[in-house]
Amino acid sequence: MTTATEATGAAIRPVSRSVRLRRSRLGRTLVKLPFWLLIVAIAVYALFPFYWALRSAITPDPQLFSTPVDYFPSHPTWAHFDDALSSSFFRRALLNSTIVAGSVTLISLAIGSLAAYALGRFHFRGKSFVLYLMLSMTIFPQIAILGALYTMFSGFHILGPIDFPKLYDSPWALVFSYLIFTLPFTIWVLTSFMRALPGDLEEAAYVDGATPLQVFWKVLLPLIAPGLVTTGLLAFISAWNEYLYAVSFIQSPSHYTVPVAITSFTGSSGNAFQFPWGTVMAATIVVTLPLIVATLVLQRRILAGLTAGAVKG
Amino acid sequence: MSSVATPAPVPHRRRRRRTKLQRRQTRLAWLLLLPALAVVVFVAIYPLGKTVYQSFTNQEFLAGLTPTKRVGFSNYHTLIHDTIFRDTVVLTIKFTVITVSFEFLLGLIIALVVNSHFKGRGVMRAIMLVPWAIPTVVAAKMWLWMLDDTYGVVNDLGMRAHILSHPHAWIADPSTQLAAVCAVDVWKTTPFVALLLLAGMQVIPKDLYEAASVDGANQLQQFWRITLPLLRPAILVTLIFRTLDALRVFDVFQVFFGYRLGAQSMAVYNQSTIVGDGHVGYGAAMSVAIFLIISLFVVIYVTFVRVSEQ
Repeated sequence: MTTATEATGAAIRPVSRSVRLRRSRLGRTLVKLPFWLLIVAIAVYALFPFYWALRSAITPDPQLFSTPVDYFPSHPTWAHFDDALSSSFFRRALLNSTIVAGSVTLISLAIGSLAAYALGRFHFRGKSFVLYLMLSMTIFPQIAILGALYTMFSGFHILGPIDFPKLYDSPWALVFSYLIFTLPFTIWVLTSFMRALPGDLEEAAYVDGATPLQVFWKVLLPLIAPGLVTTGLLAFISAWNEYLYAVSFIQSPSHYTVPVAITSFTGSSGNAFQFPWGTVMAATIVVTLPLIVATLVLQRRILAGLTAGAVKG
Repeated sequence: MSSVATPAPVPHRRRRRRTKLQRRQTRLAWLLLLPALAVVVFVAIYPLGKTVYQSFTNQEFLAGLTPTKRVGFSNYHTLIHDTIFRDTVVLTIKFTVITVSFEFLLGLIIALVVNSHFKGRGVMRAIMLVPWAIPTVVAAKMWLWMLDDTYGVVNDLGMRAHILSHPHAWIADPSTQLAAVCAVDVWKTTPFVALLLLAGMQVIPKDLYEAASVDGANQLQQFWRITLPLLRPAILVTLIFRTLDALRVFDVFQVFFGYRLGAQSMAVYNQSTIVGDGHVGYGAAMSVAIFLIISLFVVIYVTFVRVSEQ
């Protein structure tokens, strides 16, 4: 595109100074300099807080709490990481979050792929109603049902002898309530994956006498496996990151999820007067690292999934 | 939604018994949808109805103290005169306007820069996804430490650059509290907005730009006449999603200020009314009000889209 501009520009106008400048190697670099500066600025803006968290996590407390601020720790230490990881409270939170986010993801994928099969490969009345219902659920403000869920979880009567189990202060309260944002999203994205599949393979399977469920299990599901990975990861991240319900429905520290634990960190080292920032930063690094790795590895797929979820409305 | 109408892959040899087959298909489809619909009803629709019902009662979480009874519109009446709630609405809308405009403008610039061909574009896109992937609570904690009044790097940089004469208490000072939360949200979300806009830019056919530059249009003209109009759907969807997200903000405010008066978003005040104070009935009325405020924004956007499309 730029080469086209340059070519036509050079053909019409006499060779100007700027064009000559652009033709030399050094000149090209100079012209591109502002562009690269902008790129570097964007990267620094996006990454600096992470650098700062890392730097604070490996800086020993005496340097951490001194002014002027030390930009590069001269005596890096793992003490804060040891402190964070040896705290049973934090390890417990990592386990709780993994269980909650993992269960939510698996349930959403199982229920969601069945629904996506119906919505993506079948023709029936009421289909667009269901699709719109799911879409409206994806923008549902979670705060709107906080009170209702709060009272539901403290136990209530459904019908006859059936009571809703008391889920308050249990990880299952979170698994249950997180479905409100993971499931509609999963259905919406998986439906777009299902719809994009060509019909021939399915037809061939039907000709060979397969039942619809066999077609789903043996033909379609393997084909949308990349979609399942992407959607699963996105659901996992959103459940892993959730805070409002986690801080409202969980009371005992042994049931805390990671975001709640991070906000209520007191650490064991440090003195009573100073908040343990080093340990908290080490904890944030521990929590963030798996997400960053997963995001970097699956970058392209995540983007595809997100745009399918967000732009196809 | 045109793609909804794609024909289902019905095998040709079965077309003759269409009605029977179709009925079977419909039954199977609803059967497949059943678990999902059951979850949605149980997790979203029933609680939403319950919230509306609760908003007309005086329900307390510790119900033993006062028996729950219907109180008509009295919760809503109290809500209208609740100045704390009014302040949270104003603060949240300010937050929304500031963050969404910054995120959109910065995001658009970043998307334009990253959209040009250069070595390392993939790396750049990956870097941009990182702030989005981490928990908001974690981002807020990182920034809280960076904004620390004594040992914070922001104060240190500001003093080294002679922008600040003395360390500033960004969080404690009510005049900078909004800027502080906005900074976190803008940092966390701008790259993501940029990525959504970038995805929209990449589906614009390249030949349009080639044709335009053959016709002598400069880069700025190309931006106004090609990029911006064709990016409109992506821009609108991004703006709607961002606005709705910003209006229900909870995490950053709660981590930064706890439940400090004058520094609560709508969601923070609502959560503390229900969970902290146990006023389920009054909190439900507030939830309904927040729901209506957010719906109002959706309606405004949709009408705007309709009007500008005519």
